[in-house]
Parts: sequence; structure tokens; C-alpha cells
Amino acid sequence: MRKPEFVYVTYIETTPEKLWEALTDGDFTERYWFGARLKSNWKVGSSFEMLHGDGTVSDAGKVVECDRPRRLAYTFVNLSEKYKNDRPALATFVIEPYGNLVKLTLTHEGFAEGSKFFDGISKGWPAILSSLKSILETGHPLEIPFEALKFED
Amino acid sequence: MDEVFKALADASRRSLLDRLHASNGQTLNELCEGLAMTRQAVTKHLAILEAASLVTTFRQGREKLHYLNPVPIHQIGERWIRKFERGRLTALSELKRRLEKRDA
Repeated sequence: MRKPEFVYVTYIETTPEKLWEALTDGDFTERYWFGARLKSNWKVGSSFEMLHGDGTVSDAGKVVECDRPRRLAYTFVNLSEKYKNDRPALATFVIEPYGNLVKLTLTHEGFAEGSKFFDGISKGWPAILSSLKSILETGHPLEIPFEALKFED
Repeated sequence: MDEVFKALADASRRSLLDRLHASNGQTLNELCEGLAMTRQAVTKHLAILEAASLVTTFRQGREKLHYLNPVPIHQIGERWIRKFERGRLTALSELKRRLEKRDA
């Protein structure tokens, strides 16, 4: 068994249900996920897509696990030409309540050998998770411009 | 946030974070390899880093793997860096990186 490439943890002052909603509701994700609406019926085996305002789908994959409000897992990969040698990697979200806090653990694994997608992911998640924490705790997302992350072409 | 600053205010702990940045998901044994610190000292430093959420652990079978968790560092940045400053700061970091690389 290969080990996950990334493990991220953040503690958020919220409830598991609210966090689940924030992770799965398209209107909500659009506010903190670089404008991406996550689209899926969240049934195991169903498709998963990241939709943008101009109607394009940037990333796609499949739902692997869905146990509301505890565990959510899906695969995805960016569909652009530069990631053509990549394959969908598995992102798993684990939600655990601790008093008035919720611990969110995100693991990401299964990247292709020499993955370029890996580089983008390592810059994207800390920004998305910080913004998610901010929007749940204060009602405002952190407006991180996507360009600021300097993805390499 | 105090815990994050306290955890970062130590060169040994920063070097442990550097090692995880270079290679994520290491066991305690792997982390201790080639270090001038005792195993007990590494364990103590890791506990402080974990308490600050800068390091997170993941169990795989019998192994406990340590991962660098950059989320708290990102949050510190977000607290004081305003949106309009970001582009300039990124440009400055990039300039510093290039100049230092050239000197090396």
C-alpha cells in the first residue's frame, strides 16, 4: 500500500453537518473554491465535476465514499492538456467533532509517477482549506486570487 | 496561533519541518536518520509541532507517518497579507529566490 502524498488538517469552529454542506453544496463551494461549483449527486460511483462560471468543467472524477457527515472521498484530475499524463487521484475528507470544533483531515493519494497535477494540488489545498475555515467561522471567504498561487505551465 | 509561533521559534523544529517539506510522510526512524538530535529530542519537538497542528500524523498499518501541515502557516499569512499586496509579495519572494540561487 502506498502512503498518501498529502495529509492536511484544520480545526474549524462549526458542526459536522455545516462542514458537510460546505464540502458538497455547489453554491457554497463556489464561494471559497476558486469559483468552482462541485457537481455530483454524491452517490458512490457517480460522476464528480468542478464547474466554472463560463460553463467549463476543469476537473472530473468519481465519488468513492459518501457517509454523511463523516467521510467523503472522490477521485479527480484536471482535464487540461498539461495534465494529460496524469490520472485521477483520491481525495478523502474525514470529519470528527471535538466539542465546539470539528477536525477536518484531508488525505490525497494515488498520483501518477512524476505527476504535474501534484504540484498544483500542493498549492491549492492550503488555500482552499484556509478559505473554507474562514467562511464557516466568519461568513466571509478569504479571497485568494487563483493567479497568486503561481501554477507552473 | 500562539502555539504556531512558539513551535516555529526553534531552529531544530524548523529543520524537522524542512525535512518533511523535502519528503512528506516519514516515520520517526526516518526523521531521526542523519540528525544530530537524540530520538527523545525529536519526539519532544514533534509533539510540540503536532500540538500546533504544523505536523499531522497518519497511521498506515503499524507505521505512524508524519506529514507537514501547511494550513496554519497559510492562515498566518492570510491574517496580515492583504489581497492587493499578494502580487507584489509573490514577485518579491520570487526575486529573492532567484537572486539567492544565482549567488549559490
